[in-house]
Amino acid sequence: MSAVPRRSAAGTDGPVAGPGRPVATSAKPVPVPTPETQPFWDGCAAGELRIQRCVECAMPYFYPRPVCPSCGSARVEWFTASGRATLYSYVINHRPARGFENDGPYAIAVVQLAEGPRMMTAITGVPATPEDLVLDMPLRVGFARRGDVCLPVFSPVQDRS
Amino acid sequence: MSRNPAAIIAGAAETDQIGKLPGHSTLQLHVEAALNAVADAGLTLKDIDGIATVSAPGPVQVAHSLGIVPRWIDGTGVGGTSFLLHVRHAAAAIAAGYASTVLVTHGESGRSRVAATRYAPEPSSPAGQFETPYGTMGATTTFTIPALRYMKDYGLTHEQLAYVAVAQRHWAARNPRAAYRDPITVDDVLASRIVAYPFHLLECCLVTDGGGALIVTSADRAADFPKPAVQVLGTGESSETPLISQLADFTESLAFRLAGQAAFAEAGITVADVDHLMIYDAFAHVPIYGLEALGFVAKGEAGAFIADGNTEPGGSLPLNTNGGGLSYTHTGMYGMFAILEAVRQLRGEAAAQVAGPQISVVLGNGGMFATAGVLVLGSQPR
Repeated sequence: MSAVPRRSAAGTDGPVAGPGRPVATSAKPVPVPTPETQPFWDGCAAGELRIQRCVECAMPYFYPRPVCPSCGSARVEWFTASGRATLYSYVINHRPARGFENDGPYAIAVVQLAEGPRMMTAITGVPATPEDLVLDMPLRVGFARRGDVCLPVFSPVQDRS
Repeated sequence: MSRNPAAIIAGAAETDQIGKLPGHSTLQLHVEAALNAVADAGLTLKDIDGIATVSAPGPVQVAHSLGIVPRWIDGTGVGGTSFLLHVRHAAAAIAAGYASTVLVTHGESGRSRVAATRYAPEPSSPAGQFETPYGTMGATTTFTIPALRYMKDYGLTHEQLAYVAVAQRHWAARNPRAAYRDPITVDDVLASRIVAYPFHLLECCLVTDGGGALIVTSADRAADFPKPAVQVLGTGESSETPLISQLADFTESLAFRLAGQAAFAEAGITVADVDHLMIYDAFAHVPIYGLEALGFVAKGEAGAFIADGNTEPGGSLPLNTNGGGLSYTHTGMYGMFAILEAVRQLRGEAAAQVAGPQISVVLGNGGMFATAGVLVLGSQPR
């Protein structure tokens, strides 16, 4: 048996710190739209969360693709979602990805849109702690510039009663 | 059993060493494992007429490196469960007459990264557009995301999640080849640093170098080999989603369930027939999802089932008896090692040997609950 292996947390990709080799900070990843996803990114640039639904069975869905995942119809259309969502699940990442070195621990979340589909996102406007990130809390979409695109992000909705 | 098996595993071996092997390229790990498995079966390379492995290096490279001229090739690469699918496909190919003796290889320089494959998604891929921009970095940040939902919906506690690692360390303590053998407690697990909340370091798999290989051939040759033949009684495979965010229900794996149902039905068994179980454990929650998907416990009960000691030495359902990805080894695509431990148990040659198991089930995961394979394996009738 050879030396003790490290755990996946010790990482094999991304910047590596070591003697004489400081942690490199690099740009955060920027999505590259494809023809079938361009309307989504155009929506984000216009401040709207545009997703797809099936014309045949009315099922809304995300991520963008040309065929309804529920009934298989190719008759699908884009519409603007409400932007309301709830927090479905998350992790708080303590081992930053490339470009996130200066962010401190950050939440990688999956939210459930009011219309039903789920998407991965960031949670903004609240500390990334288990106490502040309560599952099923109401959220609202916002948009954050990243390179040539705007990324949808979500933040808690204040009680408006 | 309801039927005669179509195929057997006649040879099975790991690389000489596992752990940290900076002197081995990825390809060399495949080659060394292949030679060991061929020798284990008492065969020569000239006996091999079918090849199955993942890219890279892929079946063409592995076959060429070994001087094998295949008449059947399978390059299915769907993550760490690929080798379970290779066994399934090889059994079908053998039944169809496309091959007689198939070599399945795994090798991965997961830790030393010698001639290793990179997994970074393209920025135009679905993952590159809709996940990596949020700071995901491999399995620790994606495979783990469903767990909090499960914890809220089914009351799984942090202590129960931690106990998965404790239970498997009990097995590893009996295995000289395991990377980590010192006993640990729930407090040790919860005191280890947080990697991606709610997961602590000791709830994450190792990253190692190593390889393994299998020889699959027809069941009518069961008496022709030096080691007891292991019967391939039932197999299943399925997939759900390439994106963790699109898993239909974060509290269960559809692919695990469908692959398990297919394998159990083909073998004609129920959970009551299973003497030994391997569930791919990249993270501590995966055995919990696996136990429930295969029907060993009801939904929401697996955490307590493990914490009550049922899966550790002396328990009713020995699980991950090599120590698993959490304590034994995890090269990146761990599925081969799960199969190999099941083979050793059924042959009666495991380090932490269970008393006379007749049926062992192996559940492999690929990606982040993306794909699944299940094998129902049986010991040679005596």
